[in-house]
This record gives sequence, C-alpha cells and structure tokens, in this order.
Amino acid sequence: MAETTVAAPRRPAEGAPVLSVRDLCVEFDTRDGVRPVVQDVSLDVYAGRTLAVLGESGSGKSVTARSVMGLIDPPGRITGGQVLFEGRDLVRASAEERRLISGERIAIVFQDALSALNPVFSVGEQIAELLRTRRGMSRRAAAARAVELMARVRIPAAQRRAKEYPHQFSGGMRQRAMIAMALALEPTVLIADEPTTALDVTVQAQIMDLLLDLQDETGMGMILITHDLGVVAETADTLAVMYAGRIVERGRVDDVFARPAHPYTRGLLHSIPRLDREEEALWAIPGSPPTVLNRVTGCAFAGRCDVAVDLCTTSRPELAELRPAGRASACHRHEEVLHGRV
Amino acid sequence: MAASEPVLSVENLTRHFTGRRGLPGRPAPAVRAVDGVSFQLHAGETLGIVGESGCGKSTLARMIVGLETPTSGVVRFRGTDVHSVRGRQARELRRRVQIVLQDPYTSLNPRRTVRELLRQPFEIHRDLLPRKQQAARIAELVELVGLDPDHLDRYPFQFSGGQRQRIGIARALALSPDVIVCDEPVSALDVSIQAQVVNLFQRLQRELGLAYVFIAHDLSVVRHISDRVGVMYLGKLAELGSRRDVYDNPRHPYTSALLSAVPMPDPQLRGRRTRRLLEGDPPSPVDPPSGCRFRTRCWRATDECATVEPLLAGDDRHRQAFACHHPMPVQADPATA
Repeated sequence: MAETTVAAPRRPAEGAPVLSVRDLCVEFDTRDGVRPVVQDVSLDVYAGRTLAVLGESGSGKSVTARSVMGLIDPPGRITGGQVLFEGRDLVRASAEERRLISGERIAIVFQDALSALNPVFSVGEQIAELLRTRRGMSRRAAAARAVELMARVRIPAAQRRAKEYPHQFSGGMRQRAMIAMALALEPTVLIADEPTTALDVTVQAQIMDLLLDLQDETGMGMILITHDLGVVAETADTLAVMYAGRIVERGRVDDVFARPAHPYTRGLLHSIPRLDREEEALWAIPGSPPTVLNRVTGCAFAGRCDVAVDLCTTSRPELAELRPAGRASACHRHEEVLHGRV
Repeated sequence: MAASEPVLSVENLTRHFTGRRGLPGRPAPAVRAVDGVSFQLHAGETLGIVGESGCGKSTLARMIVGLETPTSGVVRFRGTDVHSVRGRQARELRRRVQIVLQDPYTSLNPRRTVRELLRQPFEIHRDLLPRKQQAARIAELVELVGLDPDHLDRYPFQFSGGQRQRIGIARALALSPDVIVCDEPVSALDVSIQAQVVNLFQRLQRELGLAYVFIAHDLSVVRHISDRVGVMYLGKLAELGSRRDVYDNPRHPYTSALLSAVPMPDPQLRGRRTRRLLEGDPPSPVDPPSGCRFRTRCWRATDECATVEPLLAGDDRHRQAFACHHPMPVQADPATA
C-alpha cells in the first residue's frame, strides 16, 4: 500500500527505433464490399519508451496492433506497407520467421485476459509450457521459472497460485498472469492492447505502475493501445491519435496535450471532465465517428469539426510534419489550430 | 433544500443473494450485495454513487426502481414505500422513478422501431395519455433528447451507441418521471460521445427538474454531474457528502485511494503527483471482512477495525459522513489557506 509518485517523463529516445511501421494499410471484406480499416499508418517504437495509440472504437488502433503481431486473418488482410523489426519486414516474412518473432520478440497483452488464457491448464503450467516449447527448458526448470515470473509481476503467494486456474484469479491477477506470460520470452517490444480497460481504477493503477517498472527493468519498447487520455498522459512518451483508420496527429505526449495541432485531439482533450477543474457544461464534439462502411472523401473528421472549411470536405489533408521533430498533424488548418488562432 | 421533503429516501436497504445450496452441513452462502445503505435524494438534485465492480451499485439501482426486491430496508418515493404498494398505486410509483441502463445495445428490443419503443410506455400506462396525443408526445421526446425526427421508423441497430443511449433516455422520460436512476449511462460510450450525453442529462435536469441517482465508476464524470456523492465499498457506503467535501477532502481512506488512482489527463503532473497504490482487489461480498470491510486493503487499519464496524457518521464541523475509525485528516481549504 505504498505511496508512489506518478512516473516522471523520460528523456526523448535516442538512436534508431526497435520497431517501425511504415504506411500500413489493412482492408476487410464486408457484405458491402472491401473496406479500408487502416490506412497509411506509420509508427516508431523506441527501446525503453512507450508509444500510445489513442483512438475511439473503430479507429483502427487494435487492428494496427494486431497487424504488427501478424494476427490479421481473413476477411482482413494487410494490403500495403511494412512492419520493420531487426532488419526484417514482418509483412513479407515467411510463416516460420514470423512465428519466431511474434509472441517471442514482440509480445502482446490483451484487454480480456480471461479469454486469452486457457481455462483447463493452471496458470503456472501455461507459462511453463511456453518456456518448454520455445526455450527447450526442462519441465522442472520451466515450472520454477514460471513461479519466478509470477512473483515478478507481483502476484502474491506465486508458488501456490501457479497451481490455480484462470477462473480462480481476479481480473487484476489474470492481467498480471498475462503480463508474466508476455514477458516470459523477454520480448523487445510489448504491445498492450487496452490492458486496463476492463479493470477497476485502483487495479488499473497497480497494473500501469507494474508495466512501467518492468519497462524500466527490461528496456522493452511498448505500444499502448488505449482510449483513455489519463492513462496516456501518465504513462506514454509519444502519442499517435487515430481517427477513422488514419493517424491524424502525433508527437510527444506533453507537446500534444499542451498544444494539440488537430481539432479532433483538441476536442477530445476538452470533452473530458477533470478532477482538477470545474466546468459548467462539457465541450462536446458533435456527431459520431464514421463507421468503416461510410468513409468519406476529404477529411473524415470534417463533418464534426468546429473549424472545417470547404476544402476539408473535398480534399483529404496529408499528415504534415511539424516542429519539433516527430510532431505531425493531418489538418488543413494545423498551423492555426496549433497556435490557438482558430 | 435540506428543509424540503426528499423525493426519494432509501433506508437501511439490504439485498442478499442466496446460492441454491452450500457445502453439505453448512448454510448456503449469501452474497451480501447491498448491506444497509441509506440516503435521501431531493428534487432537482443529482446524487452520484461511485464504487468498483462488485460494490453493489447496480443492485442498489435495481432496488430503487423496483426491479429487485430488497431483503430488508425501505425505498420511499415521496414518503410511500415503493415495495409495499400493489396494483394501480405501484404502477403509478414505477412511472415516477425510471432507469437508464449502461448498455443501449442490449436494453432496447432490436425488433422494434424507435417509434414503437417510445410508444410502449404509454401502452403499459394506458390511462396516462389519450392515443391521439401519443404521436405528439413522441415527437416532443425525440426533440428533447436531440434525435432526428426523420429516424423514428429506424431500428436500434441503425443508430450509433450515443444515439441509442438517447433513445434509452427518451424512453425513461416518456412518462414524465421525477427521478431517473442512471446505471453507468456513459461507460459504454466513446469519449467524444460521453460529453454529449452528460450534457444532455444536465440540460434535461434544468429543463424538467429531474432528480438523478447517477451511478458510475468514472470518478471524473460523477464529480462533474453530481451535487452530492456517495462512495460504496462491498455493499456499504464508505462516505457520503457534498461533491466538494468528498472530492476535495476525502475522509475515508478508500475514497482517498480511489481518487488518487484516477489517471490525470495532464502530462505536466508527472513526477509531481503522488498516488497511493492499494494492494489486491476488493474481497468477495460472500465473505466480507469482519469489522470495517476496507481494513484488508487499508494502510491505516488497526486491531479495532477488525472487531468494531465503523458506522457512517459525520463529524460536527464537516458535513460529510464517513464510516472510518481512523479518518484522513482534514485538508486545509486551498481557498482560505
């Protein structure tokens, strides 16, 4: 029951990214024809740093995460772009190469740990099995290592709990078990897909604290998929905001929160009630996000935007690079938005 | 406001769920979902109820609107015990206290159009409105919640989550209630839609004088919308008071820990804000801890907490009530300090 300080921001990353997504495009077959779900998404993940991908339902954030893991199955498919990891393009890698990388060098933690764990094996057995098949460890050594990993993610009485089954774990403990499993093979990159969305706020705080500590210990790069602006502000270093399948803004978290350069980001930041602020009425973005089925020409946000002009409905703004380096916005009026002139 | 008669009064409300059978030779275990909750709600007021999953807040909501029968305790609407009346009088009371549920995806019949969904309340309460006036009332409701009148003949699946929640709200408003119990009404909605629906609730309250019991796990939303706030833990109220008192000056350690766990959407606070991390999860309501239910996670707990259950009580100087033997110290008011 410790008092902890919300982790201070880290220095900007130096050197080359450990994982780069370049111009990723993903399509899904629907009853109404082929629909683009992710378009031209580029991301860089650095060692020891966290990139948050922020978006609402249908924004394409989870599909992006799954693409990196090679988890896109029909009716979906990757139609373009690259996922560059350790000198290889995972999109074009052979099935065998992929198998060695995803799950091992790149691991993922899902929102719903109960459906991701196997109900008929004990938690300890599931972690141990991974170590035996992927690391060739003996049964005994793998079991001992599984207990170590469970202790490391702060599961109390790990020795005893390793013998228990997923249904005997609470939501928070299951999420810890998932994290232990993801860390078992010492990944270079961890993808956390809404890792705390299903959890209560006191448990969410524990899990995010744990993930940041583990990142400091291991130096792994992290992609945090979330819709929660508070979680982004407290844990991420850089941020990519997705809307209707595209990145509409990216940059360092403190930069983007202090001076958003896209009206959607700005609207989101205004629309949430805050514990440290009093407002009469909340700022509300009108309308609702376009679904995959009714994507429009021009800017996908134009219909809900408070500063849209005629150009926005006819021409789609490219993601333009801004300063400082790494900052970008896909808005025709990004300069004005950035400087608060509109 | 305190002088007026409350529109809703909940007195020592309790709901235990008993399992079909227990272990041989032992009584069936009871889930003490709600265990002695009391509060009053005044006209035009919003009482927020916060708490984590399993704290009993949804069972409380269902008992208030009569969807669940209390094991003991009373829910009074303007003085009348909601659960003891029958027939016509019961129907009349039900009409005055409505509920809006979390999930607009499952709480609306998918095979009925919006028009049919909104007509249903008048079919159940036939004496309320002559048939001829129903169409006009439905049009009025649709306008009130900001739905497109041209979409009345659409089905729920043709609407987005936010619009579906508007349909749910319109239905709750149909019979002109005095109280709406909102059970996690914005939790399933996207961030950009949440604000629209929260603003709608506030506008309707101003225009119609509604009183809300607003149940949610999102502490920021509850703070924004509430006049008073109750914090629930394992079936009991840990703290109850004005929004300002509870949020700015939490006295129960659980309230304090809960507030400190909320991530702030401000990166400037990083490295400066401290937080108290609670260990573990809330214990099971089947077998709650003796004494204070929070003691197993509480850093201030003493032996006394295991043996003597603290009762919800206020102190003289500070109006909020809290159930704790070792309350958090009163913070200096930043406005006067």
